[in-house]
Amino acid sequence: MARPRGPFDPPPPSFLAMAVPAGSVIFGSMLTLLPIIAGVPLLPPFGFIMLLGWRLARTEALPVWSPLALGLADDLVSGQPFGFAMLCWAVAFVMIDLVDQRLVARDFWQDWLIAGGATAIYLLFGRLVATPLSAYVDMFVVAQIAVSVMLYPVVAQLVGWLDQRWVSA
Amino acid sequence: MASRPRRPGFSRRAQYGQFAGYVVLVAGGLVAALLLMLSRLDPTTFGAFRSAAGTVTTPISSGLGWATRTIASIPQGVGDYFGVMQRNAALRRQIDENRAQVQRARALLYENRRLKRLLGVRERADSPVVTAHLVSSSASSTRRYAVLDAGRLSGVAVGQPVRGPEGLIGRVVEVGINNARVQLITDPESVVPVRRVPDGLPAIAAGRGDGLIEIRAVNAGSAVFHPGDTFFTSGIGGIFSPNVPVARAIRGARDVTQAQTLAHADTFDFAIVERSFVAPETLAERPR
Repeated sequence: MARPRGPFDPPPPSFLAMAVPAGSVIFGSMLTLLPIIAGVPLLPPFGFIMLLGWRLARTEALPVWSPLALGLADDLVSGQPFGFAMLCWAVAFVMIDLVDQRLVARDFWQDWLIAGGATAIYLLFGRLVATPLSAYVDMFVVAQIAVSVMLYPVVAQLVGWLDQRWVSA
Repeated sequence: MASRPRRPGFSRRAQYGQFAGYVVLVAGGLVAALLLMLSRLDPTTFGAFRSAAGTVTTPISSGLGWATRTIASIPQGVGDYFGVMQRNAALRRQIDENRAQVQRARALLYENRRLKRLLGVRERADSPVVTAHLVSSSASSTRRYAVLDAGRLSGVAVGQPVRGPEGLIGRVVEVGINNARVQLITDPESVVPVRRVPDGLPAIAAGRGDGLIEIRAVNAGSAVFHPGDTFFTSGIGGIFSPNVPVARAIRGARDVTQAQTLAHADTFDFAIVERSFVAPETLAERPR
C-alpha cells in the first residue's frame, strides 16, 4: 500500500501547515475566554469567520472533515447549545463546496459576499436555536451581523499573512 | 483570487481520501444535528464535556481576569494614597455620627431576634460556600452564561445561587473540578421568583437577553409598577434564599415592566456562591 515517495511527488505537508490554520480557528473561538462578563451578545463569532477565511481564500489549508473537530472545540466554550457549531460549520463547508462547483473562480468581493451571507445565516439560526423567540436580542444580533461582515476583510488579511508566514513558507 | 476546486488529481488514493473526508463530514453533521436536538431538549446533557474543557480554559480566563483587575486597580491605589488623610478625618466624623444609629440598630436587632424566636423561625446558617470571581462569559452567544473560577473542589454544586455584593447574579448550572457555569439572571431562560419590597407584591423576574429583567406580576390585572420599585427574592421554589436584592424597575407600567439588575456581573467584583435555599417545612405547612 505505502509506496516510497518518488523524487517528483510533492513534499508532505509540514506540521505548521496543518497546525496554523486549525490553531488560528481555535484561537478565534477561544476569544470568549477573555475576562468580559457580557450583558448582551458582544463578540462576533471569531472562530467561524476565521474558518470561512481559510476555506474561501486557502481551500486546501483545512481538511474536508475539519469543521466537525473545530466546531466541537467552539461548542465547548461558546455557550450555544452543544452541537450547534459542529452542525453549522459542517453545513457551511458543504454549501461553499456547492458554490465552488458553480463558480469557476471567485474574487475577493464574492468571497466577502459568501462569508457575510454565511455569517448572517449562522447568527440568525443561532438566535433561533439557542434563545426563546420572546427574548429581546434581535437588535443585538443585527449589530453582531454588521460587525462580523465588516470583520471579514480583516480576517482575510490575517489569513493571508498567516499563510505566507507559516503555511506556504 | 481564483478558487482551486477540491480535485485531488488522478491519484486513486487521494480521491478515496477526499471521498472519505466528505463521508465523515456528512455523517458528523448528522450526528451534530442529533446532539443539537438533545442539548436543546435537556441543556445540561453535555455539561460534562464543557466542564472538562473548562478545567483547562478557566485558569487562562482566571489569569487574564487577575491581570485586568491588577492593572485596573493601579490608578485607584495611587488615588487612595493621596486621599487617605482627608478620608481619615471624614471617617472619624462619620463614626461619631453613626454611634447613635448603631445603638438603635442594636436595639432593633435584639427585638428582631426576640420576635423571630416567638415566631419559631430558625435562622439558617448562611455562611457562603465560596467567594470567587466570574472570569469569562458567553460573549458571542445570545445566551447569558458566565464562568466562575471555583468548582467542585471548593464545594460548589449545581443549583446554588450566586450573588454579588449588591444583589443576585445567577445560579450554578454546571460544575467542573475548578470551574462552574453560572446562568445569569439576565439570561432569556432564567426565572427568579421575587417580591416588591415595601408591600410584598409577588412577581416573576425573567431575563430578557438584552441585559434587563422583565418583571411580571403573578396576579395579573391588579399590579401597578412604578419606576424605582425594588424587587427582592422571595424564596419561593427553594433555590434562591429570600431577601436578596434582584432588580429595580426603570419604567412604570401595569403587570409587566422592565427592570435593571442591582448587581452588575463583572470580573471586578466578588461572586459569592451560597447554599441552595430549602424553605423551612414548618412554615410551608402552616396554613395562612
